[in-house]
Amino acid sequence: MAEVVVWVDHAGGVVAKPSLELLTVARRLGDPVAVVAGEGAAGAAGVLGEHGAVRVLVSEAPEYGEFLVVPKVDALAAAVGAVGVPVAVLVSSGGEGREIAARLAVRTGSGIVTDAVDVEVGADGGPVAVQSVFAASFTTRSRVTRGVPVIVVKPNAAPVEAAPAAGAVENLDVVFSPAAVCARVVERAGREASGRPELTEAAVVVSGGRGVGGAENFAVVEALADALGAAVGASRAAVDAGWYPHSHQVGQTGKSVSPQLYIASGISGAIQHRAGMQTSKTIVAINKDPEAPIFDLVDYGVIGDLHTVLPQLTDDINHRKN
Amino acid sequence: MTLRIVVCVKYVPDAAGERRFAGDGTVDREGVDGLLSELDEYAVEQALRIAEGSDGEVDVTVLTVGPEDAREAVSKGLRMGADRGVHVEDGGVHGSDVMGTSLVLAAAVEKAGFDLVLCGMASTDGAMGVLPAVLAERLGVPQVTLLSEVSVGGGAVSGRRDGDRASERVEAPLPAVVSVTDQSGEARYPSFKGIMAAKKKPVVEWDLDDLGLDADGVGLAGAFTEVVEAVERPARTKGEIVTDEGDGGLKVAAFLAGRKFI
Repeated sequence: MAEVVVWVDHAGGVVAKPSLELLTVARRLGDPVAVVAGEGAAGAAGVLGEHGAVRVLVSEAPEYGEFLVVPKVDALAAAVGAVGVPVAVLVSSGGEGREIAARLAVRTGSGIVTDAVDVEVGADGGPVAVQSVFAASFTTRSRVTRGVPVIVVKPNAAPVEAAPAAGAVENLDVVFSPAAVCARVVERAGREASGRPELTEAAVVVSGGRGVGGAENFAVVEALADALGAAVGASRAAVDAGWYPHSHQVGQTGKSVSPQLYIASGISGAIQHRAGMQTSKTIVAINKDPEAPIFDLVDYGVIGDLHTVLPQLTDDINHRKN
Repeated sequence: MTLRIVVCVKYVPDAAGERRFAGDGTVDREGVDGLLSELDEYAVEQALRIAEGSDGEVDVTVLTVGPEDAREAVSKGLRMGADRGVHVEDGGVHGSDVMGTSLVLAAAVEKAGFDLVLCGMASTDGAMGVLPAVLAERLGVPQVTLLSEVSVGGGAVSGRRDGDRASERVEAPLPAVVSVTDQSGEARYPSFKGIMAAKKKPVVEWDLDDLGLDADGVGLAGAFTEVVEAVERPARTKGEIVTDEGDGGLKVAAFLAGRKFI
């Protein structure tokens, strides 16, 4: 069976959820070959096998952590070479994932499609990428016409499914290119773990906007998020006002999310925000302004003050859970 | 030695307007207002700040590839304070995907001459966010991308890259390709002086011949991807909207429970 190369994003061997989703997508197209590079990479092999990886190509070298992006491109290119002609290369969306995929596409003379919300099997057995464009007003299906299709897939595009496979671990030989050791990471500070899921990966996102009214008031948004096991998002207005960190910004210049449930509180729904959340499956909004454009998108909306609606909602959820 | 900065900018349809596909699967730009991509303004701003903060000579070129209208993106950069402009316009470029566009940009950047290429993190229309990395790969120079802070000195560029897991300080020798995020610093408005001065600044126009490129390698003919279907999504059916009468939270909870979220 044809092989599909899957780039695995991990932290010290702990595989990111979107990479496991990629294995679900990959199995539709062929036999998944997982590529995992960096410190602790070998530790990821077990879980990758449990989720369908037939082969796991592992490369551990300090270069992956010491330099920006390109060593990982070298590793992925080596993996593609080791496979021969894969039916596709799949990479998860995210700043680094997109860049790795892009450089690989140039090197292999291949076309690239980014931000796929789903991948289907085309008539020729090759991948057809489904995208949601123009603030989700159009759904497109695209095909790569040259080279090995390189497809960057958004989180939540497919469920994580157990599918035990051989997971045969192989050492991947990588020779770093001169370009790989140019852009050096001179200092790294890990982000503070909030204990909440990653914004882009979360199945539920609760966001606050201008209507929250201040940094300290984000506590009501966080309390609801915790009751739902959700990630916290913020509109650009809230971020620009300094009420919440930029890393949580949802929208065109922030992060694009497509969770199962998106709760917008105190967010009017400017086009730039909508572009970042409109592919959410279910949308709920709470806003004082009945004219807020966000209400055009919602499955359920409450015209009201988030400072009373959110705590009541949070209490009721906690009450139902107990 | 003059430090040569080339800022790559894109003229994009206004996101607030209605956007559609044309019959050939490309974006229909007829009747849609365009503007300099907001995210590229941050790149122009950083180029100007580097120039202002430098002891030596710095030359800032604003470069765009696109149809006649796209010249406005260059003009905006000049009004903000860039020194010169390059507009690559050629019918053969129409329909280019990122591979074709990057080929044209790479050739134009090399022809213009550069020590530093500055880009926005993504365009506000295609929003792929891959062009800076592709450009670095094509030019064979380091990429230092997604920077929220950038500085140049001692023949190197350095900055802060905020990723999902970590915030990193990164540096690379010049020449290099840099992209900056919307956190890098508010872009300035053109001053009256800047607007007047921009009228006298040189803008060169190049076509594919000038860049030594073959039309087969770019445009629709040279595309590496194909849109096989574009379907307008039916407008979301508007859901139920209620007014809070003291039980708004309970109503949302009942809705969420009905959808099995709680």
